[in-house]
Amino acid sequence: MSSQASNSITNSAVDRREFVASLIKAVPDALVVSGLGSPSYDLFAAGDRDGNYYLWGAMGGAASVGLGLALAQPEKSVVVLTGDGEQLMGIGSLGTIGAKKPANLTIVVLDNGHYGETGMQRSHSSLGTDLVAVAKGFGIGHSYRVEDMASCPVVAQDIQQRKQTTFVQVRIKSDEPPRMLPPRDGPYIKNRFREALGLKPF
Amino acid sequence: MTNAPEWQYAVFNVLKKGGVRQVAYVPDAGHSHVIRSANADPDIHDVVLTTEEEGVALCCGAWLGGQRAVLLMQSSGVGNCVNMFSLLRSGDFPFLTVVTMRGEYAEFNPWQGPMGRATQAALELMGIHVLRVSRPEEVEEVLSAGLDAAFEAGDKVAVLLGQNLIGRKKWERK
Repeated sequence: MSSQASNSITNSAVDRREFVASLIKAVPDALVVSGLGSPSYDLFAAGDRDGNYYLWGAMGGAASVGLGLALAQPEKSVVVLTGDGEQLMGIGSLGTIGAKKPANLTIVVLDNGHYGETGMQRSHSSLGTDLVAVAKGFGIGHSYRVEDMASCPVVAQDIQQRKQTTFVQVRIKSDEPPRMLPPRDGPYIKNRFREALGLKPF
Repeated sequence: MTNAPEWQYAVFNVLKKGGVRQVAYVPDAGHSHVIRSANADPDIHDVVLTTEEEGVALCCGAWLGGQRAVLLMQSSGVGNCVNMFSLLRSGDFPFLTVVTMRGEYAEFNPWQGPMGRATQAALELMGIHVLRVSRPEEVEEVLSAGLDAAFEAGDKVAVLLGQNLIGRKKWERK
């Protein structure tokens, strides 16, 4: 039995690879944490960088990794790039972020309303959940939805300015671009990330 | 503000002296002094969580950014963390959690039993080294040993504060 979509993905939705590539190009110094699955592929497809931390598991944890990082690096812009399914699993972390409100943290949810990695089953965000309303309800006042490429510079500006915690839902097409697999070696991506920040090993 | 037992002061002092800059927690009475002290300390971010696994991920993010973080929780919270603990091994992050135990000593609430008794095994199954404290005078030494193992050697460590240390919960509000 299927229920009626209350906010179905429209044809005007943006191409995920194009959006992520444009966004990352516009924020070259940002530290980026990506959620498992397609967002990690999208980030890697935009060009591997030391300032990327790709998650391959820990579903629901991307926003919390981003929060710890943002608190530790207040002078850097921190971006969490994740999908609707991953964010839904850690939905309470938006409340935790809403309570701390680090000005340098931006959560970007690439929302196709589906679990892409597992065969495109529909997620809550195409079955009634309004993620922007949820984020606002959790206290992240600067939360908005974008549905076209023209909005990409707006998001980039929010990331660069570090003026307030930002939550962005990006309506993306529910297609599946070719997989672009970032390194799966967790210690390697951790160590080069820290080294790029000038941090020493213990 | 109530007077906390001495060992709770020891917990905060060890964390503070050990350079911990982020204290993430789901509240517990046994952690109340540490939470108050973290909140009052301008050099420490206190982060209240909606569920404990957020704290596992937060500690990893803090380390990526060069800060030491600790997760305070009750034994029931360990069960909430199990899959997120895989991040500690997959990413090889240092990790320190301080866990107040329930369900093991003079427990009034039988619902605390199942997770409380599985807490140590659940941690160890996920590759976390467990240190246990049962006496107040051991708190400082054992916690500082755990902190050093985590942040000087990259270990993943849970320090369990036994329910016999915490004492009997008062159930009647008077």
